[in-house]
Amino acid sequence: MSEPVALKLTAKDFKSDQEVRWCPGCGDYAILAAIQQFMPELNIPRERTVFVSGIGCSSRFPYYMNTYGMHSIHGRAPAIATGLSVSRPDLSVWVVTGDGDALSIGGNHLIHALRRNVNLKILLFNNRIYGLTKGQYSPTSEVGKVTKSTPAGSADAPFNPLSLALGAEASFVGRTIDSDRKHLQSVLRAAAQHEGSAFVEIYQNCNIFNDGAFEQLKDPSTRDDYLIRLEHGQPITFGADGRFCVVHPPGGFGLEVRETSTVRPEEIVVHDATVADPAYAFALSRLPGLDLRNTPIGVFRSVDRPSYDSVVQSQLAAAKATVTETPEQQLAGLLGSGDTWTII
Amino acid sequence: MTKQIRQLDRVVIRFAGDSGDGMQLTGDRFTSETAQLGNDISTLPNFPAEIRAPAGTLPGVSSFQVHFADYDILTPGDAPNVLVAMNPAALKANLADLPRGADIIVNTDEFTKRNLAKVGYQSSPLDDDTLAGYVVHPVALTSMTVGALAAHEVSKKDAERSKNMFALGLLSWMYSRPYESTLRFLERKFAARPELVAANVAAFTAGWNFGETTEDFAVRYEVKPAKMQPGTYRNITGNAALSLGLVAAGVRSGLPVFLGAYPITPASDILHELSKHKRFGVLTMQAEDEIAAVGAALGASYGGSLGVTTTSGPGVALKSETISLAVALELPLVIVDVQRAGPSTGMPTKTEQADLNMALYGRHGEAPVAVIAPRSPSDCFFAALEAARIALTYRTPVILLSDNYVANGSEPWLLPDVESLPDLRVEFATEPNGDDGTTFLPYLRDPETLARPWAIPGTAGLEHRIGGLEKADKTGDISYDPANHDFMVRTRAARIETIRVPDIEVEDPDGDARVLVLGWGSTYGPIGAACRGVRQRGLSIAQAHLRHLAPMPANLGEVLRSYDKVVIPEMNLGQLAHVIRARYLVDAISYNQVRGLPFTAAELETTLEEVLKNV
Repeated sequence: MSEPVALKLTAKDFKSDQEVRWCPGCGDYAILAAIQQFMPELNIPRERTVFVSGIGCSSRFPYYMNTYGMHSIHGRAPAIATGLSVSRPDLSVWVVTGDGDALSIGGNHLIHALRRNVNLKILLFNNRIYGLTKGQYSPTSEVGKVTKSTPAGSADAPFNPLSLALGAEASFVGRTIDSDRKHLQSVLRAAAQHEGSAFVEIYQNCNIFNDGAFEQLKDPSTRDDYLIRLEHGQPITFGADGRFCVVHPPGGFGLEVRETSTVRPEEIVVHDATVADPAYAFALSRLPGLDLRNTPIGVFRSVDRPSYDSVVQSQLAAAKATVTETPEQQLAGLLGSGDTWTII
Repeated sequence: MTKQIRQLDRVVIRFAGDSGDGMQLTGDRFTSETAQLGNDISTLPNFPAEIRAPAGTLPGVSSFQVHFADYDILTPGDAPNVLVAMNPAALKANLADLPRGADIIVNTDEFTKRNLAKVGYQSSPLDDDTLAGYVVHPVALTSMTVGALAAHEVSKKDAERSKNMFALGLLSWMYSRPYESTLRFLERKFAARPELVAANVAAFTAGWNFGETTEDFAVRYEVKPAKMQPGTYRNITGNAALSLGLVAAGVRSGLPVFLGAYPITPASDILHELSKHKRFGVLTMQAEDEIAAVGAALGASYGGSLGVTTTSGPGVALKSETISLAVALELPLVIVDVQRAGPSTGMPTKTEQADLNMALYGRHGEAPVAVIAPRSPSDCFFAALEAARIALTYRTPVILLSDNYVANGSEPWLLPDVESLPDLRVEFATEPNGDDGTTFLPYLRDPETLARPWAIPGTAGLEHRIGGLEKADKTGDISYDPANHDFMVRTRAARIETIRVPDIEVEDPDGDARVLVLGWGSTYGPIGAACRGVRQRGLSIAQAHLRHLAPMPANLGEVLRSYDKVVIPEMNLGQLAHVIRARYLVDAISYNQVRGLPFTAAELETTLEEVLKNV
């Protein structure tokens, strides 16, 4: 194969001529800018890039990308993108969705896309609220959330999106934050390189209906003690001077956070996103408390598994390889197969 | 002994037994043998939704009716001349359909006290006068089969299960059917278990020989080949023909076919069939639900495939929102609805035509689509091609309304010449279409078809965004402009009305009919047979049948207004009649039945004669 030609694209090339219409201060602006800046490094022609979205604030995203794009209907983007991706393996297909779109009305399509391992990069903008319908609680809102539709507080237990994705056999799972451009791009880079479904949760601030939902993870005075930055091959420590660490407690099922000074260095878990057993990444996904302490970000899991697209395409290729006739000849043969009789 | 041979012009046989007795297979094989002989054929399978209802009960009865003749026939026949009843339940469930004088072949081994009690027979109908007036042939089918297989290395259970082949052998002898295709079939079916091939062939032969030797069957029948157009034929069901039509649409358009489907009766066979044709580039996906199935098909269409989804009524209801999206996106999409009796789960294995309203109107907003319906099993092939033609040419969703009757029924099909099939090639947009030579306008329309350009991802320079939000004319940008919305709604409606469809043809051999019977879809056969009956009595009647329900043929209004009366028989409560009345202000007479079964020609004939009396 010849070396790919450098396309020399810039962020500007990925900006469409449409006026961006999110609320001033919305976290979506930061994500859009980060992605527009990141896309050129993939060196994929714009015409081979497709963004498919559902409904919600985040789902307006495709209108602002100067690629191919479809703003579809509520919750169905993974299904529509699956048909596109599996029938067009030459394309780079991205799904942009939100917590209501992906986890409530479209929950079924999300889990099935992940279990099939369709070659989609799924970006879930999680702001833990319904923004476009003006402030109802979402499937990631905390219990007791007071909103327009839950004046006495929400009675539902929320989904943990990463736990859900891992339970659905996702082969790539990551999390990042709207305001940390460098980190966001690093997770997208890993996602883009992954063959199969890559599921990325992006914590996104809705400054109108749920302002400050992730403030502890952003505030310079708290974030270092709250955030666990996962790095493949590195011991998991965090906080000022690595004050805290993650250990696998003897006799326990999951992972726990300890003060680093209280454990032996070899007890500290070394992060390995390629662990085959999803239980490890699942345990990571369960670390955060209700107050967002111990929130891991980065790539939780990245394992090799054949994509649905590649299996389907190889079946097609194998069947087509047996063909020696023109399509018309094949068709004539098919129509005349089985028990036939001739009347003269 | 030498048997008498009697010539018949037509026969209707119904094979009936328990769901596990293999009656569908038996009927299918008899049909195939009959097709080989050159008779015209029409079949009607009738089975419960339960895979194995409790053995020997009335709900568990499965039947297969085959009508064959030495002339062209239009229906599977109103009433069987011969009933094969494999147990008391099969006899009881079907007896009311038999005219006096009909032959009944019963499997006496199953007429035990227990089995009789299961269906409420106090005494055996073989011993009392229940069957007076019928010609009853008691045959110990099970025990004779087991006896014939005594030397074979098969279990008693497998031996008993071969009794359907004994019955087939007997009927094949009785009606002088060529059996080579059945022997070949058994070899294929049980290729992995040669002992079962031998056992089934032995059971078939035993049945044949029993007919030859027993004195109970004194007469053998022959039905001469029908005079049919020269050519090569095969027997085909509607679902199979529809599948082949979709494969053909792929070949003739040069596009890959993408089928997104979720299993549902009675449409699943199309998914099964198409999944076998990967060498044509047909990609099938069994989706997680009906919504995903149509979503994936639409996604594939967006990428340049012929996107298809196949389902039944409940599935169309779930797909409705995505079909509306396809209306807004103006992309090709074929939605096949193999209708069944509703609402809700209804009677999933029984037929009905009650999804017409849903197909025409069952979406939010002004969301017109094209709707077509096949008239017979083999016509499903051409209907699929026509659905693809409209979808690809006009970039629109097309709903194809098949139903259980045509989907599972079968008839001989004169194989078409592939080169004679319509050319469905399409041109994707490759160049900017704006006046400045650099802009791409995704909603700039072809002035003739009103279709917008189909610019598929991967085409450099035509990057654009589409979506469910209202689009500005030409540019496709998001628009909330009142005048633009009004324009776009009217344009989407005009786009469907613009579709060119052939004029409706009227069959009126006498030329002086004052009453027109108008039908659509699978009622073509029964209506045609009824009209023939009426004409044979010296009365005149005209028949016209709609294939295109949206848009309707341009000459339809004129045709309707040229008759004194218009009768519309439908297997619903008058859905087409409502449309005709509203659209053409014609005072149509609606004749309806929703029994889960096709009309019988006789009852339609009676109805038509009543109308004729009052003209």
